[in-house]
Amino acid sequence: MPLLQVDAVTAGYGDTEILRAVSLHVEADEVVAIIGPNGAGKSTLMKTIFGLLHPRQGTIAFDGHDITHQAPHRIVRLGMCYVPQVANVFTSLTVEENLEMGAFPMGKVDLSDSKDRVYAMFPKLRQRRRQLAGKMSGGERQMVAMGSALMMNPRLLLLDEPTAALSPKLVAEIFERIAGINDSGVGILMVEQNARQSLGMAHRGYVLANGENRHEGTGRDLLEDPNVGRLYLGG
Amino acid sequence: MDLLHFLKACFLLVPAFLLGCLLFSRWRWPARLSSALAFGCLLVFGVAAWWPGAMDYLASFSIVAIIYSILSLGLNAQWGYNGHLNFGVAGFFAVGAFTMALFVTSPPSGLMAAYAQQWFGLDAPYLVGVAAAGLMAGAVAWLIAQPILHLRADFLAIATLGIAEIIRLVFQNERWLANGPQPMSGIPQPLSCVFDDAGCAWLPDALRSALSVMQPRDYGYLYLVIVTFALALVYVVLEAMVRSPWGRALRAVRDEEESAAMSGKHVKSLRVQSFVLGAVVIGVAGALYAPYMVTIDYSHFKPLFATFLVWVMLMLGGSGNNKGAILGAFVIWAVWSGTGFVTDYLQVALQGVAPDVASRMSFLRWAFVGLLLALIVLYRPQGILPERKRVSRFLDGEPED
Amino acid sequence: MIDRARPVADEDMPADARDPGGARSSRFVGGVLLLVLAGMWIAGWLSGTSAEDMLSLTAWGVMLGGIIALGGIGLTLCYGVLKFPNFAHGEFLTLGAYVTYGMVLVLPRSEPIWRFSFGWELVVGLPLAAAVTAVVAITIDRLLYRPLRRHHSPLVLLAMASLGMEFLLRGIVYLIWGSDFHFYYSGRANPALYLPFGLRLQADQIFVFALALVLVALLYWMLTRTRIGKAMRATADNPDLAQVRGIDTEQVVAWTWAIGAGLAAVGGVMYGLASQMRPDMGFVLLLPLFAAVIMGGIGSAWGALVGSIIIGVAMQLTSAFLNPAYGPAVAFVLMVLVLLMRPQGLFAQR
Repeated sequence: MPLLQVDAVTAGYGDTEILRAVSLHVEADEVVAIIGPNGAGKSTLMKTIFGLLHPRQGTIAFDGHDITHQAPHRIVRLGMCYVPQVANVFTSLTVEENLEMGAFPMGKVDLSDSKDRVYAMFPKLRQRRRQLAGKMSGGERQMVAMGSALMMNPRLLLLDEPTAALSPKLVAEIFERIAGINDSGVGILMVEQNARQSLGMAHRGYVLANGENRHEGTGRDLLEDPNVGRLYLGG
Repeated sequence: MDLLHFLKACFLLVPAFLLGCLLFSRWRWPARLSSALAFGCLLVFGVAAWWPGAMDYLASFSIVAIIYSILSLGLNAQWGYNGHLNFGVAGFFAVGAFTMALFVTSPPSGLMAAYAQQWFGLDAPYLVGVAAAGLMAGAVAWLIAQPILHLRADFLAIATLGIAEIIRLVFQNERWLANGPQPMSGIPQPLSCVFDDAGCAWLPDALRSALSVMQPRDYGYLYLVIVTFALALVYVVLEAMVRSPWGRALRAVRDEEESAAMSGKHVKSLRVQSFVLGAVVIGVAGALYAPYMVTIDYSHFKPLFATFLVWVMLMLGGSGNNKGAILGAFVIWAVWSGTGFVTDYLQVALQGVAPDVASRMSFLRWAFVGLLLALIVLYRPQGILPERKRVSRFLDGEPED
Repeated sequence: MIDRARPVADEDMPADARDPGGARSSRFVGGVLLLVLAGMWIAGWLSGTSAEDMLSLTAWGVMLGGIIALGGIGLTLCYGVLKFPNFAHGEFLTLGAYVTYGMVLVLPRSEPIWRFSFGWELVVGLPLAAAVTAVVAITIDRLLYRPLRRHHSPLVLLAMASLGMEFLLRGIVYLIWGSDFHFYYSGRANPALYLPFGLRLQADQIFVFALALVLVALLYWMLTRTRIGKAMRATADNPDLAQVRGIDTEQVVAWTWAIGAGLAAVGGVMYGLASQMRPDMGFVLLLPLFAAVIMGGIGSAWGALVGSIIIGVAMQLTSAFLNPAYGPAVAFVLMVLVLLMRPQGLFAQR
C-alpha cells in the first residue's frame, strides 16, 4: 500500500477551481517530483494534501489514515511534514529555536538526539545555531526550513519548490541534501520548477498542467519523453 | 387641531418629506416627489391628530439624530470611502463647535468679563460661523494628516484617538481659549427673532402673526428645519462627489492601492483630501450643535458620545453607504434614547431596594452599546445597507437618488 | 517570490544611516529621545524649578514608568501575537485594581508590611485579581475575537470590536463600583523614604518599580527559555508557519491573553496604590500604554519597559512647566516622533 494516496482531488479557493480530479501516490522511500508550468496548481496541491486547504471532492490517505479533512497539526503527528515555499522559517527566532519549534508537537521532551540528527545532515547549521534565522542567506534559510521539518522524523516530507531563487551551486547542494534525506528512509514529494534536475533525481514524477494530471512515469521516462521535454523541460 | 399644532406639524413635515424622498429614491422624480409629500403629510398630520404630545419629543429627537447623521456622513467619507480608521471624530466635532461658538458670540463685557474668557468673539452671522467651523476643522485635519495619515491602519486609529484627547484636553484646560473648563454660554440661535415681540423683520406680516403663537420653548421646530436643510445639502454634495471620477479614484485607492498608484492616481493627496473632506463635514456638524445647545464645554466631546456612538451608527447603518449612515444615526440614537427610558425606569424602580446601584443605572447604556458594536462587528460588519457598487451615474438605467 | 537580500545588522551601520526600509537606526532614535528629555529638563529648570526638584521628578518618572510598564509588557505581548491593538487592554488594569479592592475590603485588614502602605491582604488579592482578569480576557477572546479570526476578518474589525469591549467593561466597572474615586487605604500615612541627592521616594514606588523589573525579567525568561514562550514568539512571527509546524495556535493565544491580562491587572493595582482608583483609569492610561509599546517595538518586552520609562519620565518632567493634565499629550507626541523616524519601534527585530 502506498504511503500517500491522493485520489481524484478537486480543490480551489472561493469560487475558482484550481485542481481537477488530480491523483497521485507516493511509496515509502520514494522521491516523487511534480513539475508543470506556472499556475498549474502545484502549490495548491501541496497545501491540500497538508490540510491547509480542504478538497471539495476526492480523498487523501496517509499510511492508511484518511486525512482528507484533517488539520495540519494532526497530520504532523501522523508523520508528514511540510516545508512551504516562502516564509518558511521564523525570522525572529534563532536557528536552534526554529528546530525546536519543528518538534513542538512532541511535547516537553529532550530534543538533543533529534537536533544532533539534523545537525549531522546540515553541519553548517550547527555552527550558526544561535544566529537569527532572519539574518541568514536564502540557501541557509532553506536548510533551516528543511531541518525544522525533519525534527519530528517524518516518514514523508513535502517540499514546495525547495530550490526557488537559489544560485545553481546551491541548487545542486540542496538536491544532494534531499537525496541524502531520502537515503535515510524519508519519502519525498516535491514540487519543482527545476524540472530537469528534479526529474533526474526522482524515482517517479508527475506532470501537472491546468490543474490536471498530464503525464506520469519514472523520472527517466519523463526526462526522455519528447512530449514532456518539448513543453516542460525547456527544449 | 389648533393653529399651534398645525404649525408644529408643518415644521415636522420638512424632514418627513425629505425622508420620503430618501425612501422612494428608486422612483422617477414626479412620482417620487408626490409620494414623498403624501408620505410626509400622512405621517406628520397623523401624529398631530392622534398623539400631539409626541411632536415635541419627535422634534428634539430628530435634531440630535440629524446632527449625528451629519457626523456619520463625515466619518463615512473618511472610513467608508477611503478606509481611514478615524477614532478621533470627537476632536473635529469639538473644533467645529468651539469655532462656531467663538465666531458667533460677542466677547464677554461688563460683569461677565470677570467670569468668562474667550479668545475672540466676532458676533458673526450664523452662516459665517458654520463656514468657519468647517474650514477650521478641515485645516486641523490637513495639519495632522501630514505626519500621520500614511501610518498603517491600527497606528492611525491610535493616533487619531490621541489627537482627539489632546484637543479635548486643550479645550478643558486653556481658560483663555474657550473658557475651559467652564462652559461657553450665550451662543445665539438663528431665527430666534421669531420669538421677539415684533417678530422677525424680514418675514411677511401674515407669517409673522401666524408664528407669534409659538413659544420660545418651541424653538426646536425652527432649528429642525435648519438642520434638515443642512443634512440635505451635505448628503447631496457627498453623493455627487462619490459618483464623480474623484469618488471612483478614492475607492480604487481604498481597495487596490498599488494598482491605483500605477494608474497614475496621486494616492497620497487623494487620501488626504478624503480625510479633510470628512473632517469638514464633522466640523459643520459641530457648528450645528453649538447653537442648539446654547452652552458647550469640553465634556460634550468625550469619546463615548462623539466618537464611539458615531462608529456604532456607521457600522450598523452600513459603511460605504451615505443612506446607511443616516439610517444608522437614527436607529442608534433611537436605541440610545430608548435605553435612556429603560434606565430611568430602572433607577426609580430600584431606588428603594438598592439606592447605590440605582444611581449607576445610566452606565448600563454604555455596556449595552459596547456590546452592540461587538455584535455588529461579529454578525453583520457590512451593516444594514451595504455599499452599492455604483460605478457612474451614466452607466445604469436607474434614476439617480 | 524572490528572497530579499540579508538585512545589514544594526551594528554595522553608522549611527545615523537609514536601513533598507528607510527607517533610522535605533541608536539615532534613542539619541533623539535623550535630547528631547534633556530639553525638557532644561525647560523645567528655566521655568524656575530647582535642579533637586527636577531630579525628584525624574525619579518619580522612572517609577511611573514602572507602572506603565506592567500594563505595557502585557499589551506588547498581546499586540505581537494577536496582531491588533486591543483598545480594551486598559480595562484589564481597571478590573485588576477593582477586584483587588474588593478583596481588600473583604479580607481582615493587617498591618502594613515594612514601610509599604499595604498589608498582606493586598498581596493575597493580587494573584486572585490576575486570575479573574485572565479569565475575563480568555472569555472575550473565545466569544468575540476567535470567531472573527476564523472568518479571516480584517484586523480593523478586531480593533473596532475591542473598542466595543472597552465600553462594555468600563460600563460594568461603573455599574458595580460606581463613579467615585477610591483609595486602597484611605487615611493611612504613606511617608517617603529619604534617599541621597535629596530624593524622596515612597517605599511603594520603589516596590512597584522593582516588581516591574522582576516581571519583565520573568517574562523575558519565559519567552526565551520555555517551550510555550518560544511558541508564542513563533506564533507572533508567523502564525501560518506556526500551524504548519504543528503548534496549536489557539492554545498559544489563550496563554497570551492570560499572561497579558494578568500582568495588566497587577499594573492596575500598582497604579491604584500609587495614586488612586478611578473607573476610567484604564482609558486614561491607554494612550501612554500604546505610546510606550509602539515606541519600544511591538512584541518586545524590553522595548515596552524602556518605552514606558521614557514616557513616564517625560510625563513627569513636563509637569514642571506644563499643566500636568497634558501628560497623555506628551506621551502621544513622543510616540508620533518615534513613528516618524522608525515605525517599527526601538527594539523591533525586523
